[in-house]
Amino acid sequence: MSGPRRAAPGGRARVLLGLLLALLMLLPFVVNPYLLSVLTLILYLAYVGQAWNVMMGFAGQLSLGHSLYVGLGAYVSAALFVHYGVPPALGFLAAILVALVFGAAIGFLAFRFGVSGVYFALLTIAFAEFTRIGFDHFDWVGGSGGFFLKVAQRDYNDLVNLRGSPEMFYYLLLAMTAGCFLLCHRLMQSRIGFYWLAIREDQEAAQAVGIDVFRYKMLAVMLSAALASLAGVFTAFFNNNLFPFQIFGIEKSIEIILGPIIGGLGTLFGPILGAFVLTVLAEGLRGTMEALGVVLPGVKQVFYGICLLFVIMFLPHGIWPSLRRRLGLDSDGGR
Amino acid sequence: MPIELYLNVALGGVLTGLVYGLMALGLSVIFGVVRVVNFAHGEMMTLAMYAAVMLFVYFKLDPLLLMLPIMAALFLFGYAMQTAVINPFITRPEHSQFILLVAIAIIMINSLLMFFGPNARNVLVDYAYDSYQIGPILLDKVRVIAALAALAVAAALFAFFRYAPTGKAIRACADNNRGALVVGLNVKRLYALTFGLGSACVGAAGCMMVLLVDVTPMLGPTYTLLAFVIVIVGGLGSMGGALLGGLLVGVSEALAGLVLTPSAKSMVTFALLILVLLLRPQGLLGRKA
Repeated sequence: MSGPRRAAPGGRARVLLGLLLALLMLLPFVVNPYLLSVLTLILYLAYVGQAWNVMMGFAGQLSLGHSLYVGLGAYVSAALFVHYGVPPALGFLAAILVALVFGAAIGFLAFRFGVSGVYFALLTIAFAEFTRIGFDHFDWVGGSGGFFLKVAQRDYNDLVNLRGSPEMFYYLLLAMTAGCFLLCHRLMQSRIGFYWLAIREDQEAAQAVGIDVFRYKMLAVMLSAALASLAGVFTAFFNNNLFPFQIFGIEKSIEIILGPIIGGLGTLFGPILGAFVLTVLAEGLRGTMEALGVVLPGVKQVFYGICLLFVIMFLPHGIWPSLRRRLGLDSDGGR
Repeated sequence: MPIELYLNVALGGVLTGLVYGLMALGLSVIFGVVRVVNFAHGEMMTLAMYAAVMLFVYFKLDPLLLMLPIMAALFLFGYAMQTAVINPFITRPEHSQFILLVAIAIIMINSLLMFFGPNARNVLVDYAYDSYQIGPILLDKVRVIAALAALAVAAALFAFFRYAPTGKAIRACADNNRGALVVGLNVKRLYALTFGLGSACVGAAGCMMVLLVDVTPMLGPTYTLLAFVIVIVGGLGSMGGALLGGLLVGVSEALAGLVLTPSAKSMVTFALLILVLLLRPQGLLGRKA
């Protein structure tokens, strides 16, 4: 993790960012429903990748079980809505609260008992799997048979109850992603962000200069969990169905972390770029296979795996850091 | 009567647990020496299981006879993988290694899916339904055979690390990497050899496991997680710990399937993992944190 790592939106970067945001706001007017769904997927992965990045990219705590917080957010908000009629505009607060409690519990146990490195990563997997199997047997929310929301009416957009058109969901997600980006930008410039950096690079040294390591690691885990739970709220109301193996599965956790790592760990723009590259790759492969008439299951994923292998072998810091150098944005950022 | 039922189930768990232990032993040996967590471990296990199924179907060979050639094939596979792909990643951070091995796992699962399809395959030997009766205790013949074979392979590996010069050299690499380099050991080759040996363990475990369960390509991630749990419970890098962890997980799974519902059995396994990580993070038989 060497080299310049922050894209401080000074002059040029700020202009590019503004252009990107304008483009993303205008796209729904020109694309077809399929492309809109792909864009939504990209934004979703960008958002949830950014949430994970707070914990790993900024504070250096490797979580391989982030689907836990997404799933909790989804189930809490959906259960409140279905069983008690609480709209997600309120329910998201409960989702955040539950994710905070879980994040705090896992962080507390791990950091107090000195669980770190590979062991910490495996502990996060264990908690996610434990919860997945628990939800498989949790009949109040449908167990392994799934939990369903009434399918949305499409004649008007209702933001309070999150019932509406794909465009509404797209703009909501765009707002969430932009908000998360701004929050992360602010954090990286703040005292907390510098403390996290210090902990990530050398925890003992950070402790030696008087940083309350436990406290700031807890803060990273809890913030990351809370942000991830909002992605869960979105998923629940966007898809209208929840299955424990789909939302808590280890595949989902892997999906969350691929974007930021491929894009550039610890950077602000990495998760967005990574989500874009991976989704376009996956969809492009699917289109190619369909065009070639290949129906064999697994072919697409084999190519996907090979691409992943090459990126991680030849771009160890992700795509964004090397792209940023080419775009000449480095002079804006850095310290 | 219920006591006997519990005893029977627990003993069945012990026998399955030994096969689990052998699988986890491979992971433990690799981590203990190369310091890379093999996130494609379960996928290698399913590869071996498919190899056993295919050779059984086409040549009607007993999986016990197949064990040696499959172990050799997996050894070569592991050796090649370490040399070609993993070696440059040894000094990279953990998340980098993780993505690398996840990529390998994705390729392996889906290659198996391409060649064999999603349907479950199994090996039905003619002694599949035989069992031994000792007083009130009833043991499946396949389980006994699988467990004995797992023990034999584990014993051979223990002996190799204890007595063979190459085994001692590998242990030297694990204990003090720089020291091993200074005295002129070819560390890269020894790493590849270790990865090969760990893979051979999985190969043997796969041959045994195929006698006990059906195999599908999607089994890979499940076994990867199971191997992690076992190795962490026993102590990452400890060989005896892997076998002990396998036994514990085998027994707790079997009993949980009886007391709770079978689908909740891995919940008990993960609860065991969380407990061990919090109370004794280095594992039951592991040295220092």
